[in-house]
Amino acid sequence: MRIKLDRTLCDGFGVCAKHAPGYFSLDDWGYASLEGNGEIPAEDHHAVTRALLDCPVHAIIEMGGHRAAPPPAGNVKEAPEPHVKSDDNEAIWGFVR
Amino acid sequence: MTTTTALTIAAWPGIEPRLLLPGGEDSEDTEEYSSYRGQGGYQPLDDADRLLGEVDLSGLLGRGGAAFPMAVKLRTVRDNGRRCGGAVVVANGEEGEPASVKDRWLLRHRPHLVLDGLRLAAKMVEATRVDVYVSDQRAAEAVETALAEVDAAVLDGLAISVSTVQPSYVAGEETAAVRVLNGGPAKPTDKPPRPFEEGVAGLPTMVSNVETLANLPFLHRHGARVFRGHGISTSPGTFLATITGAGRPAALYEIPHGVGFTELLTLHGVPADQVRGVLMGGYFAGLVNRDILDATLDHESLRRLNSGLGCGAIAILTDDCPVAVAASVMAYYDRENAGQCGSCFNGTAAMSAVTEALRDGLATDEDLARLERWSVVLRGRGACATLDGATNVAASLLIQFPQVVARHLENGCKACRSGAFGALRPYEVEGVMPA
Repeated sequence: MRIKLDRTLCDGFGVCAKHAPGYFSLDDWGYASLEGNGEIPAEDHHAVTRALLDCPVHAIIEMGGHRAAPPPAGNVKEAPEPHVKSDDNEAIWGFVR
Repeated sequence: MTTTTALTIAAWPGIEPRLLLPGGEDSEDTEEYSSYRGQGGYQPLDDADRLLGEVDLSGLLGRGGAAFPMAVKLRTVRDNGRRCGGAVVVANGEEGEPASVKDRWLLRHRPHLVLDGLRLAAKMVEATRVDVYVSDQRAAEAVETALAEVDAAVLDGLAISVSTVQPSYVAGEETAAVRVLNGGPAKPTDKPPRPFEEGVAGLPTMVSNVETLANLPFLHRHGARVFRGHGISTSPGTFLATITGAGRPAALYEIPHGVGFTELLTLHGVPADQVRGVLMGGYFAGLVNRDILDATLDHESLRRLNSGLGCGAIAILTDDCPVAVAASVMAYYDRENAGQCGSCFNGTAAMSAVTEALRDGLATDEDLARLERWSVVLRGRGACATLDGATNVAASLLIQFPQVVARHLENGCKACRSGAFGALRPYEVEGVMPA
């Protein structure tokens, strides 16, 4: 099972973090971010599926079995620019201007 | 406070410019087609794979801010496009950083250089669709005029469209560009998918900054070895730097990577002993204290300072208080974020409230502790990098200027007490290149 969380949809209900706290962390205002890369091992399918089905705004989306295209061979996950006190930064510098 | 009235344009002493006009001309005009061709522009491309190999050897890094290897991007989009039945190339000229002017300058004054690079990139990724994405009206007009001048044979059947969008900080983010070209609003989307996987019209899409593209014609003509004649091994070539602050008129310089920051100060006429620090990468890469005086202008050196070259916009702080600058930038992020992700619109508002309170001598130790925690835990929690830019500013203020921050806890900053710095768009350079 592979999922993604669309943070532009999340309205901070926090149901996901109740059902699957290992996969969804909430900020000080209750908005969720996905922990990990979205791959869910079989033993956690039940909890994550409950989170997915119970999200009132459908911000959790199960990814299909195939992708439009594979990721590049390069180190695209590695941010080449500043890591200011980032212990767990998973975002690459998203701005390509 | 920085009120810029004129823009100085110059190549680094002793170098033949590659991105600015040849001969270092400080021209108000747009370079003409005949003039660009006369200097060897629009050379035929017989072997796209060979050029891609040269891009690889050149080590060209993206100039939009992320410094992503151009060859990796080109090859990935080409390969994905072959699997998906086509690929798209977007020249991104939507320069959302208020303190940066280089993309606007390139598009207005050297549209043929950008278009030449764009058609080379399009050939390398075997693009079926090519777009130029801008907000600056005069840039759009310059590109449209240039497109009308180009011989059809030069573009070899390539149709290039120009799309304009209302300017905003987030409109230049690559997924916002894709969203606009797909008919949506100019706001970022969450990832995945990233544009190289699925972008414009659902096809793998390369969104490339216009300065990055503008390096390709030189590489095509001279090859990787000559390209590496300037710069250092990990940051090869030259880059365009927008320099603001220090009470000097703003400047656009073409600089070889790796030169010392103090050499830039000399060129710009700023005494080193007056420098308190810098705001790097537009608003994105945070503040650096006087350690910047030992840095060289390349990606590695600035990464060691927990900062970055970003889009090459550097604001030099002399009289301006770093706390006041941080408060202004944070307020800007609070206003200009896309209003989509809860962590971002709440986090920027909260960090803005604390930095403004700190500037105004009203913050408490508890406020500062919260700011420090947010500067760590909020990183990576937005769909785009706006929130990361805000956390960079907060974290760098606290780490780089601890004594200045402590003084503000006691309301001990005279400059801030007098309200000396309250710019809505600190170090903005739009004023010198009006729409």
